[in-house]
Amino acid sequence: MTELSALPGVAKRLPAWLGPVVILGLAYGVVPLIGSSYLYEAILTPFLALSLAALGLNILTGYTGQVSLGTAAFMAVGAYAAYNLNLRAGLPLLLDIVLAGFAAVVVGIIFGLPSLRLRGFYLAVSTLAAQFFVQWVLTKFSWFSNDSTSGVIDAPSLHFFGYSFDNAVGRYLFALTIVTVLTALAVRLIRSQTGRNFIAVRDNEIAAKVIGVPVIKTKLLAFAVSSFIIGVAGVIWAFAYLRTVEPAGFNLDRSFQILFIIIIGGLGSIRGAYVGAALIVVFPLVLSRVGEFLLGGLFDSGVLDMSQRIVLGALIIGFLIAEPDGLVALLSGTTRRFRWRGRNLQSASI
Amino acid sequence: MDGFDYQFFTEVLVGGLLSGVMYSLVAIGFVLIYKTSGVLNFAQGSMLLFAALTFVSLTEHGLPFVLAFGITFGAMVVLGIGIERAVLRPLVNRPPITLFMATLGLSYIIEGAAQLLWGTQVHGLDLGIEDTPLELSGVLISKFDLFAAAVAASMVALLTLFFRYTRIGLAFRAVADDQFAALGIGLRLPRIWATVWAAAGAVSLVAGLLWGARLGVQFSLSLVVLKALPVLVLGGFDSIQGAIVGGVLIGATEKLAEVYIGDYFNGGIETWFAYVAALAFLLIRPAGLFGQRLVERV
Amino acid sequence: MSLIKNLRALVLPAALTLGLAVPVLSLATPAAADEQYFPLQSYRVGPYAAGGTGFFGGFIDYLNLINIRDGGVNGVKLTWDECETQYEVERGVECYERQKAHPGAAAWNPLSVGIAYAMIDRVTADKVPLITINHGRTDSTDGRVFPYVFPLLLNPYSETSGIINYIASREGGIDNLKGKKIVVLYHGSPYGKETIPIYELLAQKYGFQVQQIEVPHPGNEQQSQWLTIRRAKPDFVVLRGWGVMNPVALKTAQKVGFPADHIVGNVWSNSEEDVIPAGDAAKGYVAITTQASGSQHPVLQEIVKTVYDKGLGNLEDKKRIGSVYHNLGIVNGILNVEAIRIAQEKFGHRTLSGDEVRWGFEHLKLDPARVEALGAKDLFHSINVTWDNHEGNGLVTFQQWDGTKWKVVSDWIAPDWALLRPIIEKSSAAYAAEHGIKIRTAGDDVIN
Repeated sequence: MTELSALPGVAKRLPAWLGPVVILGLAYGVVPLIGSSYLYEAILTPFLALSLAALGLNILTGYTGQVSLGTAAFMAVGAYAAYNLNLRAGLPLLLDIVLAGFAAVVVGIIFGLPSLRLRGFYLAVSTLAAQFFVQWVLTKFSWFSNDSTSGVIDAPSLHFFGYSFDNAVGRYLFALTIVTVLTALAVRLIRSQTGRNFIAVRDNEIAAKVIGVPVIKTKLLAFAVSSFIIGVAGVIWAFAYLRTVEPAGFNLDRSFQILFIIIIGGLGSIRGAYVGAALIVVFPLVLSRVGEFLLGGLFDSGVLDMSQRIVLGALIIGFLIAEPDGLVALLSGTTRRFRWRGRNLQSASI
Repeated sequence: MDGFDYQFFTEVLVGGLLSGVMYSLVAIGFVLIYKTSGVLNFAQGSMLLFAALTFVSLTEHGLPFVLAFGITFGAMVVLGIGIERAVLRPLVNRPPITLFMATLGLSYIIEGAAQLLWGTQVHGLDLGIEDTPLELSGVLISKFDLFAAAVAASMVALLTLFFRYTRIGLAFRAVADDQFAALGIGLRLPRIWATVWAAAGAVSLVAGLLWGARLGVQFSLSLVVLKALPVLVLGGFDSIQGAIVGGVLIGATEKLAEVYIGDYFNGGIETWFAYVAALAFLLIRPAGLFGQRLVERV
Repeated sequence: MSLIKNLRALVLPAALTLGLAVPVLSLATPAAADEQYFPLQSYRVGPYAAGGTGFFGGFIDYLNLINIRDGGVNGVKLTWDECETQYEVERGVECYERQKAHPGAAAWNPLSVGIAYAMIDRVTADKVPLITINHGRTDSTDGRVFPYVFPLLLNPYSETSGIINYIASREGGIDNLKGKKIVVLYHGSPYGKETIPIYELLAQKYGFQVQQIEVPHPGNEQQSQWLTIRRAKPDFVVLRGWGVMNPVALKTAQKVGFPADHIVGNVWSNSEEDVIPAGDAAKGYVAITTQASGSQHPVLQEIVKTVYDKGLGNLEDKKRIGSVYHNLGIVNGILNVEAIRIAQEKFGHRTLSGDEVRWGFEHLKLDPARVEALGAKDLFHSINVTWDNHEGNGLVTFQQWDGTKWKVVSDWIAPDWALLRPIIEKSSAAYAAEHGIKIRTAGDDVIN
């Protein structure tokens, strides 16, 4: 029978809140004092943005079983919505970000409606429609990028409550705070009845319907929550990390990247988003350093890059084969016997 | 403007139909694999790239066409068998979406390996067909596209004959129909799957050559897979005839939309039109035109 | 038992810390005496690998030449390292953050519009110049607003004017443009769209009709666009492509029967890698360039002798020596090195700071005589950068593909800078207003 240690953070001996508190303490207290600009700009800020997006996707795909290949499109919606609200509506920046999240929700629900009729690949294909359509809209209508001929927008400067967060540390703290708040909310959601509904829909939709789970509402809610989080992640990506945006940065490769993060990190686990994102951000850097160190100039940057692709692909396959619960399960030693499954449950024996 | 420009319309339509045939070529590879093992092989595009790159690099090193073709064919067969053994067998009985994600990872591996092996420069591929246009009563038709359509048609014919009249073909159909019954009567599933992947590899070789001749052989060749997905949605994932019909439909509607509707937006519709059209279609017929309807009973 | 479980829980944070520490620690590079460093955000893989390998290959070849033949610039050795960006913006940013820790950086050369845009704020804060040769943000030509950005030789607007001037010369004069029809086929990206307003402006000014058609990225399928072109029956098609869009355009043009010699390509559709995959379809195609291709120029000969014959050449395929991108890299090398040389005359023969190199760029004047002395006669024409004109008024020429190589088919043509400058200033003024930048009123003498 499945343990409800499907729910994250249930440690065996230490109190559950200790881990997160320690990490937050380090993140807020220690890192800003010792970190270098490189650490913030190239490692931590993108890590935070990607893990938030992965968190959103995990709620949709990992917990509710609705595959989405259009994650980057929702990030784009969030980023551009926040930019335009900031430019045109004159609201405080935090409010812009929240409203941008809601803009992503609207788009998310529209493209999530097909999930009521479609499953599996078909749903994946329809999310691809979202990906391409949104990218096209943002590129085509220059209104979104304030009529700049090239379509590239510059992120606004980050001011809250009179303080400027415009340097590397400031942007890091800005991203960190948003990620912390949204993660806390996500954890609460997952542990509530809604979270259990998500899992029920994922595991066996028909049975869930039979026992009274409101399937339609649950699916749409999953799309809504997930899109909100992903939209805000897009804002962080654009405003805190890159500080310029063009629609091409939110392309299919980015959607795949986030999907890879949750597969490697662990589907259906909140920690999985962070672990996966850490790996995806750090791995190419480590590989290039190690490569340079071991092989020196022999290691053409092209060779390096191709090897990276190969290793990434191999990791995906490896994790899917050996540990479908991802890095999280591997690291915490709890390999669940009850794995993430879809419909073909009965075909186990032959 | 004097009336509707029928000539232009026919040109776009014919061009679209023939383009669509090129899409179906890619889709057929998908169908082969899906039909017999239930896997949606996202790596089809990278297999195409790998096949084209291998072939072109061999010919550039001086090997004659036939020999290069043969060696590449062999390489694709080996690749197919390797994939079946290393990736699919361990993942048997997993839900289809897991397999799909595995093929996503696989596509990364194959793309990386192909470029690591053969380099990242762009190559031209000359199949000996000059692409000067034919004019039939004022309507422009591309010689190359006609050739591609002919190749596709013969491939479909060959495959249909194969499935209907050979033992192995029969075995494929049995496995596609019901894996456990097939096992029950003694068919060796792994061997059949390996053969299917090899066949799909051969299909991607042909498609790779044609697409490579059209676009040049380089990295973005693997992106043709994105055009094949709406075709599969429309035609059903498991029907070869559906792949042709779907491809032709998508090609035609996409080109017509780009020209006539795209005019209002100054172009660029093609990226998403096929997908949105497929999506709209799915909402009416969730299993596609020719696909098998999934019946759920509680 | 619980201890082990708890220890296990620490594995993850430990692994993360280690993972983060490795890249950070390995950044500690000691400062070397009298070296000038070039951080290269290169791309050797991905859809644009052909351009990247050619350009960065040429750049490195020239740096090597200076080091080997001259012992560096007045004794200051040139160093560099590469960081793969795959032409992606966030990788470009990560490479920037990684490489900027290295001391003695002279200038940034990313060869990417997206990455350049993302770097503008950063280089201005970190005070190291950003070179965007033949591309970039057009309004960064205005050095009064963009002190650290240099779209050397040719910005997108000048390129447009150059192309129109060439078409005029084909038609027998500027006045003969009246009533003609030109289609601009552009890549669906910020780079592609940058010149839309200028074509409209020139069309109005000279009286020709212009239709601008977009090809969605990456440009694998252009059937509908070319059928539309065929229907429109223009006199010329301007190809503003990138990557795979170029050969596909040429092949599709052949498919619909549009003659290749009436297609004029821009600077990013002008290389061997763009035409070779198109085979026969590319014969007769003409493209603009700021640097002639071919390996007969003295500086190329020297590179072959000094660098390649010693086995230090950067291009893997020797047949690419003298190709368009390779030569662009070499020209870029010449411009960067001469800027350093000019700055060294003022500040001393030593490692220069970013601001000092910037001063050098703002005084980069190479007239045809100097260009010939550098061994680059007929390779490129001249450049004249000032503190408020960061483009330098480069001249352009046109080459035609004959099936095996490019042949120059026109004289050096000057774009209409006077016409374009007011538009550029309007745009840069808007940028300055938006970002609260004070517009410079004179070139500055660097105080060190």
